[in-house]
Amino acid sequence: MEGPLALLVGCFFASAIYLMLSDSLIRILLGVTILSNAVNLLIFTAGRIVKEVPPIIPEDAMVPPIATANPLPQALILTAIVISFSFFAFLLVLVFRTYQGLGTDKTGKMHMAEEPGDPVPPRGY
Amino acid sequence: MAESAGHAAVDIASAMVTAPIAPLDAIIIAPTLITLLFGSVLLMARKRPETQAPLGIVGLVFLTVATAGILARVATGGPLTMTMGSWLPPFGITFAVDALGASFAFVSSVVALVVGIFASRGLRRVESRYGFYPFLLLMMTGVCNAFLTGDIFNLYVWFEVMLIASFGLIVLGNSKEQLDGAVRYAVLNLLAAAFFLTATGYLYGALGTLNMAEIAIKLREGVPGMPINTITALYILGFGMKAAAFPVAFWLPASYHTPSPSAGAVFAGLLTKVGAYALLRTLIMLMPSEEALYDTFLTALAIGTMLLGSLGAMAHSDFRRILGYLVISGIGVILAGLAIGTAEGLAGGIFYAFHSMIVMSALYLASGLIGQLGGSQDLRKLGGLYGASPLLAGLTLTLVFSVSALPPFSGFWAKILVTEAAMVNGGWWLAGIVLGTGLLNALASGRAFTQIFWRGGPAGTPDGAEKSVPGEIAREDRLVLFGSLAALTLMSLGIGLWPSPLMRLAEAGAAGLLDPTLYIRAVFGGAS
Repeated sequence: MEGPLALLVGCFFASAIYLMLSDSLIRILLGVTILSNAVNLLIFTAGRIVKEVPPIIPEDAMVPPIATANPLPQALILTAIVISFSFFAFLLVLVFRTYQGLGTDKTGKMHMAEEPGDPVPPRGY
Repeated sequence: MAESAGHAAVDIASAMVTAPIAPLDAIIIAPTLITLLFGSVLLMARKRPETQAPLGIVGLVFLTVATAGILARVATGGPLTMTMGSWLPPFGITFAVDALGASFAFVSSVVALVVGIFASRGLRRVESRYGFYPFLLLMMTGVCNAFLTGDIFNLYVWFEVMLIASFGLIVLGNSKEQLDGAVRYAVLNLLAAAFFLTATGYLYGALGTLNMAEIAIKLREGVPGMPINTITALYILGFGMKAAAFPVAFWLPASYHTPSPSAGAVFAGLLTKVGAYALLRTLIMLMPSEEALYDTFLTALAIGTMLLGSLGAMAHSDFRRILGYLVISGIGVILAGLAIGTAEGLAGGIFYAFHSMIVMSALYLASGLIGQLGGSQDLRKLGGLYGASPLLAGLTLTLVFSVSALPPFSGFWAKILVTEAAMVNGGWWLAGIVLGTGLLNALASGRAFTQIFWRGGPAGTPDGAEKSVPGEIAREDRLVLFGSLAALTLMSLGIGLWPSPLMRLAEAGAAGLLDPTLYIRAVFGGAS
């Protein structure tokens, strides 16, 4: 399973970077989302994919009798998913508000914070 | 208990921490509790704007006391740890703090407290209505805990806590510049967080642990066949973006000048330093052999960052954007200390980080007062403010001296340490660039100072033709605004005149990074 998943992660990274190189905010946003999914899958793959049972200990034992799967990658990804989901929600609102406020979603036309062609600072005193 | 009755005894003590930690050691989670508690109470009290500032300041006072307590405890008793849920390290999430983390947390709470006091009079109404103080407190949750955690995935979580609160702070006020700046800031910082998480995923895959102490042990022993170069490069990229290092720094001057001066002050003072701290922690403590491998690369990054910051500051005419580039230049000096990598170099970098937190926050506060008096941040439109407020001129001049690393202010000692270490270990040219960028910073900030305060009026006005100043600072606000600015300025002067306590802290922090034996023993010995 690792091979195909690794390929998938690679494809996700590639398409995320492609989307984020766009000049349209909504595509950048989609790129960020795909990127966070790529990272989550990467953690999942790096945590070893095995066909083992969940780490549940039978009632009459103190230790699991057979090898079990590692639950930690899932816990990590769950945290990362919650975080990236909340960030996506925030970014969506921010981008929508920016579109309303600035009247454009093209990064090339957004220069309220950085004026193009700033004149040189005054040299004289 | 039921288990011991029915089954052969499994020694729970080997998996769990059964001994309670000393009651006083629980202080390590005090910053978390205080900031979360006050942050949520402030959110509940959002309909009552008059309660926000007093409550927020009380919370920040408690936070400062708590971090001072942690620092005192670490200074006397060595690294302090606490593992959540009583699991034995490395299974539980560990909080671990050594001299470096404790001193960073203390200095940042002091800065946040002073900025919080300034903000009680320095905010516009809309900003306090929409929750400046809750965001500040919650951001401090992330900042302090990033310094206190001993688990690298947990560090990621605190980074994100800090980030989402800072998104709130940067858009408060809702102007078009802020929205534009916030988009750049948000997207690029999320990208940096993704790189950081990628590296952490690889690290977990290769080592099977996330506990910093155990990572340090395992990487010192050496693990064959792990993609350590990839991991290190990703950490440098991710944390470098957060810290605003050379090729990935342009989001900072594009966004830090847009929020209110109080928010800008905490950003400039604290957020980039968290990135710098994470770089120190991962590169020096966790993967020291990789740091040696990347030496040349890190030196190039440091030089690029210093030059970019100083030249950018020369090239701009908006005072707050000049300050943004000066923040970057300071990060370059910290990176130079990191690249040198010896105890002296690291101590210099850490000392510079303390200095930069205090002085850059103070300069952003000063820019707020300048904007209020002069009605602009543009050097062309400002002038003659000396007549309006000699006190502000004096304080700003002090800060200008400090940021240019002139004696007797705090930047001087830090640059002495870094330069000396560079002469011994990093080459005279690195030392020359550290000093040369000090000169460029002096030129850029000195030019801003003369044009804002000494010139008769806006550009083109002849000298002596004193023009009336557009803005004014209300009499009842003066004490708080100037008092908090003066407090930070005096701190810089105090460090400059009496540097030995802070220098000892910086040296202890550097020693702890280079030889984490005590840290590791505190994490793993805490169970017995």
